[in-house]
Amino acid sequence: MFIPTAGAARIATTILAAFLASLVECVEALTVILAVGSVRGWPSALAGCAAALATLAAIVAALGPALTRIPLHLIQLIVGAMILLFGMRWLRKAILRAAGLIPLHDEAAAFAKNTAAMRAANSSAPAKAASAFLIPDKLAFAASFHITMLEGAEVVFLVIALGAGGPLAPAAAGAALAALTVAALGLALHRPLARVPENTLKFIVGVLLSAFGTFWVGEGAAVAWPGSDLAILYLIALWLIVAAEMVAVTRARSTHPAVVG
Amino acid sequence: MPPHNNRPAPLRWLRAIALELYGLFVDDGLFAAAIVAWLALTLIAAHTHLSPRWRALALPAGLAAILIESLLRFTNARRK
Repeated sequence: MFIPTAGAARIATTILAAFLASLVECVEALTVILAVGSVRGWPSALAGCAAALATLAAIVAALGPALTRIPLHLIQLIVGAMILLFGMRWLRKAILRAAGLIPLHDEAAAFAKNTAAMRAANSSAPAKAASAFLIPDKLAFAASFHITMLEGAEVVFLVIALGAGGPLAPAAAGAALAALTVAALGLALHRPLARVPENTLKFIVGVLLSAFGTFWVGEGAAVAWPGSDLAILYLIALWLIVAAEMVAVTRARSTHPAVVG
Repeated sequence: MPPHNNRPAPLRWLRAIALELYGLFVDDGLFAAAIVAWLALTLIAAHTHLSPRWRALALPAGLAAILIESLLRFTNARRK
């Protein structure tokens, strides 16, 4: 029988959390890039995406070494707090979506909206001839750059947060695998990945991030977790039970109107 | 036209970045403030005689309670 060791459990959950969280962000970026590329042309859309990836890589290269100089417990506390705010916000939204209280995120609808916006801008903002050689379409470049920077910054934050206190490699590997998967699917399908169950993924990622955030803050605040690193596993179980129970509770409360009196 | 549209481009960019960053962590202000307050209490408790095992129980329990309160508050507001 396989009994997970503390180190193996932590690496496996880190890779899984980074993969799933990055998958969500990459799908959102791909939806916009596909809309931009298909309406306004691929050279500028891909150039914007590449420029944003290069900018993000430069920021990580510049800030990465500075992180190693900060005391570990301080990194665990700050990153843990940020990942908790980020993860619990996702989980709260995912619970409300699963309970039917706020609308589900729909990539096909997002694609249609972005495509329509790009078409509308097509007639009103023609490219200037002077800059058309390097960047044929400034609007497409800017839209693609913006979404890649935005979603990419979230991926960078997640990788740094999930890798806090240990090597970044497992978290970075999970994120890279997600980016490659989404890029390959995008190239093959040339349409938004509407079948990716994004809301379910966000629910799972919310649970994982909340568990990691709780764990890191605890480590930074010298909490004695029973089972050491294995605590991540029971924290995941705890958040999953709370979240699943709250989906049922909020759904029931929304279908039974309050008694006024 | 909103007044911030008259600001110089770098300021508009900084404002947009700040808003994006804020939105990354905060949906419900009270929810975010409660999380930060609970984490601050956890830190303060680290300097008291409270057992580390008890703190291991209190940290996730408090965070779960904050999530539950925020969700119940949301459903209450919708039912009114």
